[in-house]
Amino acid sequence: MFGFLRDNVWSPLAGAVLSQPYDGYAVYLLDVLIKIIVVVACVLFTFAYTTYAERKVSAWIQLRIGPNRVGVFGFRMFGLAQPVADGIKAIFKEIIIPTRASKLLFVLAPILALGPAFAAWAVIPFNDVMVLADINAGLLYIIAMTSLAVYGIIIAGWASNSKYAFLGSLRSAAQIVSYEISMGFALVCVLVAAGSLNLGDIVNAQSGKYGFLNWYWLPLLPMFYVYFVSGLAETNRLPFDVVEGESEIVAGFHVEYSGIAFATFFIAEYTNMILISILTSILFLGGWLSPFQGIPVVGAPSIFWLLGKTALFLFLFLWIRWTFPRYRYDQIMRLGWKVFLPITIVWVVVTSVMVVAKVPPWFS
Amino acid sequence: MQAIINYLHNLVPLELFKGMWVTGRYLFRRKITVQYPEEKTPQSHRFRGLHALRRYPNGEERCIACKLCEAVCPAVAITIESEERADGSRRTTRYEIDLSKCIYCGFCEESCPVDSIVETRHFEYHGEIRDDLIMTKEKLLEVGDLFEQQIAADRLADSKYR
Repeated sequence: MFGFLRDNVWSPLAGAVLSQPYDGYAVYLLDVLIKIIVVVACVLFTFAYTTYAERKVSAWIQLRIGPNRVGVFGFRMFGLAQPVADGIKAIFKEIIIPTRASKLLFVLAPILALGPAFAAWAVIPFNDVMVLADINAGLLYIIAMTSLAVYGIIIAGWASNSKYAFLGSLRSAAQIVSYEISMGFALVCVLVAAGSLNLGDIVNAQSGKYGFLNWYWLPLLPMFYVYFVSGLAETNRLPFDVVEGESEIVAGFHVEYSGIAFATFFIAEYTNMILISILTSILFLGGWLSPFQGIPVVGAPSIFWLLGKTALFLFLFLWIRWTFPRYRYDQIMRLGWKVFLPITIVWVVVTSVMVVAKVPPWFS
Repeated sequence: MQAIINYLHNLVPLELFKGMWVTGRYLFRRKITVQYPEEKTPQSHRFRGLHALRRYPNGEERCIACKLCEAVCPAVAITIESEERADGSRRTTRYEIDLSKCIYCGFCEESCPVDSIVETRHFEYHGEIRDDLIMTKEKLLEVGDLFEQQIAADRLADSKYR
């Protein structure tokens, strides 16, 4: 789709303006910029309505109704304009910088948290052709970017010059480092299984005549579980949100932030959530492949399958958050190091054996 | 063997799925939210809202400045000054309730020997400055006049339990 725009719209347009055929870097740059804006806009839109969904789901679980007032021109529409109102509120609130805070780092931290969260979307394929950067080291790039997110949190805690924020960022550092390892090993299993680091190739490797039984969730079932739970820990969502831990350390690393600076952390958290959801669908649930592969019409691969699977995991994120209490800190560490890490290492071996033995239907 | 079971239990705590099953069911239960300005919860006739001073049917104010309410008030929200009126009866010259102190316990109402100070069912009021929240004698009597019918009906309904 994006290539189509470049070849059939931007290039002729530039050619018409310059009155000669033009296919230089400017068109390429324009093309990439527009793609980036489209992807970021879509992610932000999803972010906005994930916050709305979060409030609705939490309300329903607690037998409440949730936001249902904010609408457009007097039409309430189930409060669908709520994210817009929230955004406007956040923008117009004062940003308070504590007196003793390190000002530069304090302002930089939310940007550092948000940047990698958006950057990771560069290699996410939405279907066979819709991908910003179809690079072969895609999976590696994802690991790098999701690990970078912790810097924003650590710097926020450090720059705030507040003991609560500092404690929160310390916890975050330890937690993310712990779960990064099992997450990385889970991804190694996928890598071994697919034989490629390219996310598009990983999805195509899951294609087969058995539909959803061909996807990697089945041979890599423990990794599927470990990856998603590590994803919860990675995004600091409940039951792993000791980083925020409001009952212990007020609000953790973002206790001193207000207004749009706080909202930026919020966007980063939710963007990471959406990222983990879409990655889980791509790596373990066959991305844009249909679960009914082989059957006409419903068997066709489509971006909507990917979006549906992503929405499912996003809902799971919310459902888990509003069900469980917080893990104790030592329990988190035990789960990461003594439970997840061993099984991921074992499963790397198991996957390798399965690949070498060409176990059908996945690796034949 | 036990170690393996413990390990598996740590890996996949099955009781967590039970928890998710519970919240998953609540997701579809009927919601109990009362959408306030349009819907209101039923009110008891003993509801303790905004205060009022009542009058006798002939228009004479009930309060005899006994200061029992002032004495019983746990929040020290009531201030009373009194003097002898021309006809020889003792009446208040000043009767103030500071609503920003009041905790709406209803002790003033309980202690009043002549059913003068009462708490009405009215609760939707506000003040734009702090002075608005100090109920003077005039304001209290006004509230009493406004809600007299309901106040009387509520006292009657409650009378057999008093």
